[in-house]
Amino acid sequence: MAVMTLIQAINAALAGEMERNPAVVLLGEDIGKHGGVFRATEGLWERFGPERVMDTPLAEAGILGMAIGMALNGLRPVAEIQFADFIYPAFDQIVSELAKFRYRSAGQFPAPVVIRAPSGGGIKGGLYHSQSPEAYFVHTAGLTVVMPSTPADGKGLLVSAMRSPDPVIFLEPKALYRTAKGEVPEGEYDVPLGKAHTVREGTDVSVITYGAMVPVAEGAAAEAEKEGVSVEITDLRTLWPLDVEAVDRSVQKTGRAVVLHEAPRTCGFGAELATLVQERSFLHLKAPVSRVTGFDTPFPYAMEKIYLPDVRRTLDAVRGVLTF
Amino acid sequence: MTEQKERELYFWLRLIREFEDRISTLDKQGKIQGGVYSGKGQEAVVVGVCHELRPDDWIFPLHRDLGAFLVKGADPNRLMAQIFGRRDGFSKGKDSFLHGGDFSNCIFGATSMLGSTLPVAAGTAYKFKIRREDRVAIAFFGEGASSRGDVHEAMNFAGIYKLPVVFLCENNFYAYSTPNELQFAVEDVSDRAVGYGFKGDVCSGNDLHSVMKAARKAIERARAGEGPTFLECKTYRYHGHSEHDRATYRSQEELITWESRDPVERWEVYLQKRKYDIAAIREEVGGKVKKIVDDAVAFAEASPVPEGPEAMEDLYATPITEG
Ligand SMILES: Cc1ncc(C[n+]2csc(CCOP(=O)(O)OP(=O)(O)O)c2C)c(N)n1
Repeated sequence: MAVMTLIQAINAALAGEMERNPAVVLLGEDIGKHGGVFRATEGLWERFGPERVMDTPLAEAGILGMAIGMALNGLRPVAEIQFADFIYPAFDQIVSELAKFRYRSAGQFPAPVVIRAPSGGGIKGGLYHSQSPEAYFVHTAGLTVVMPSTPADGKGLLVSAMRSPDPVIFLEPKALYRTAKGEVPEGEYDVPLGKAHTVREGTDVSVITYGAMVPVAEGAAAEAEKEGVSVEITDLRTLWPLDVEAVDRSVQKTGRAVVLHEAPRTCGFGAELATLVQERSFLHLKAPVSRVTGFDTPFPYAMEKIYLPDVRRTLDAVRGVLTF
Repeated sequence: MTEQKERELYFWLRLIREFEDRISTLDKQGKIQGGVYSGKGQEAVVVGVCHELRPDDWIFPLHRDLGAFLVKGADPNRLMAQIFGRRDGFSKGKDSFLHGGDFSNCIFGATSMLGSTLPVAAGTAYKFKIRREDRVAIAFFGEGASSRGDVHEAMNFAGIYKLPVVFLCENNFYAYSTPNELQFAVEDVSDRAVGYGFKGDVCSGNDLHSVMKAARKAIERARAGEGPTFLECKTYRYHGHSEHDRATYRSQEELITWESRDPVERWEVYLQKRKYDIAAIREEVGGKVKKIVDDAVAFAEASPVPEGPEAMEDLYATPITEG
């Protein structure tokens, strides 16, 4: 196994699947000759040519519409949105069209588009280069929403996304692009969509999280251990469809749950998780479910460190559910 | 043109150049967090347009139009504090670079959502029109942004209602790495104006005279109630898209060719032709702009770093208190 960063793993997933499946076509801004602003597509334009690696105009709605048209006719488009923040001009194509094709045509028109987008904060990018839009897409029936936290999952989940019969929003935590390093299986490798991963076993508190917050949870768990508290961490990996049994299992074991994400709190994905936990595990709970999230504000540029959940805030929540 | 005006224009070109260069240096020193988008090489566009405006005209600058802020009257100190993400910046640290805007000087804050400001500029111009106000709105955008649907929608509105707006395209041949031939299938993007029912015009964005002449025509047309203009200025950015982009997608020769058309040097050549003592002017103005920028940096560095509570301010007119 080779040690890779998350961005290298993404690149390997794209290259491998393009090699195996001639229907896979990439499109996006600056992804061709330039290799993408985060270099996710480096070398692919040279290797697979401009027809399969399309440098698009600055036009997100057009990119998504083009991808849908390709997908309806047998191609496997993977659209890159340069930053998840720039997905909103394409929101209509995604929410009104892409998510609804299969449903409204009673199964005649599946549109298996993968949308890759660097998501989240941590690079001092300010309001328009740091947002976490996952809740909008989870809220839209018909979409699969994925967010890896490790290089191996980055590769395996992206390969599965490119084989999924349904559209996938594949959010890549950009803060981890180069900081997450790990062993990645070589050759053909996939990780099933819809399956969570227990990052760390524990008995006292369940932390349920995903993406760039997984390492934060690990930091908090290590600190908690020093206080004699055993934290279990579940990395959801696929937000929707949710591996709700994995959440049940963990919470019913520990009786205490902290949900952790960097997106704003109100109507964030954590709100759905907390509801599911109380609906399904009510009699196991020893404390109310606690949320650690970003603020209910736009992403505040110079106050990024304060906005983003960190080890301290997570640890406070862990202590909070223990002492309830 | 009067000598005073010629010298004033030179001052603005030099001030912007000094500001841009200083920001690049500060960025290298790690003093600015986040993206810095240099407009070095494009100074004549913003000077030529903004110098033709009145204080109550509105501008909608794009992400590298730092110079437009300065010429339109923004306080250099506050502008630098904004770029530093400090409390005295226009957005008090809530957002980066040129995103603050300066209401008192009729400067709309740039947004990262390229192209999104154009319909807003059209709406502003609509208000001027129905209130019979003698004011114009200038919407700056890159040739890359011209591909966005919002840009089309803005121009269509403006054409229908003959709005007093100038759509000012800074065509610098690259949208990040994407060259024009992958952006649109025409030579001049301003050709599109015909399809919206108004005039398109092209000028050399590195030649201050050419920009001023074309801008004046467009602005006069707007003031006279004759509707919008799509004015395209061909220019070039010397730096990468942002300071961490090494711009490997373009050739050194191309850069050198454009540097030989430098807008600031061109104006110096003109001043020389007018038989002014250019050496003396250069020195005098150089000292003046350096002092302004030095002071701005000192002001920004002394301005408080937002500590957190600011993040919660300015979201609603009446803050929502949590239950
Ligand atoms: C809607 C949107 N999509 C993508 C981006 C990412 N992006 C930032 S600048 C840029 C290129 C802009 O080119 P242009 O409009 O020509 O202006 P220039 O930077 O050349 O001045 C891109 C693609 C963005 N800011 N907004």
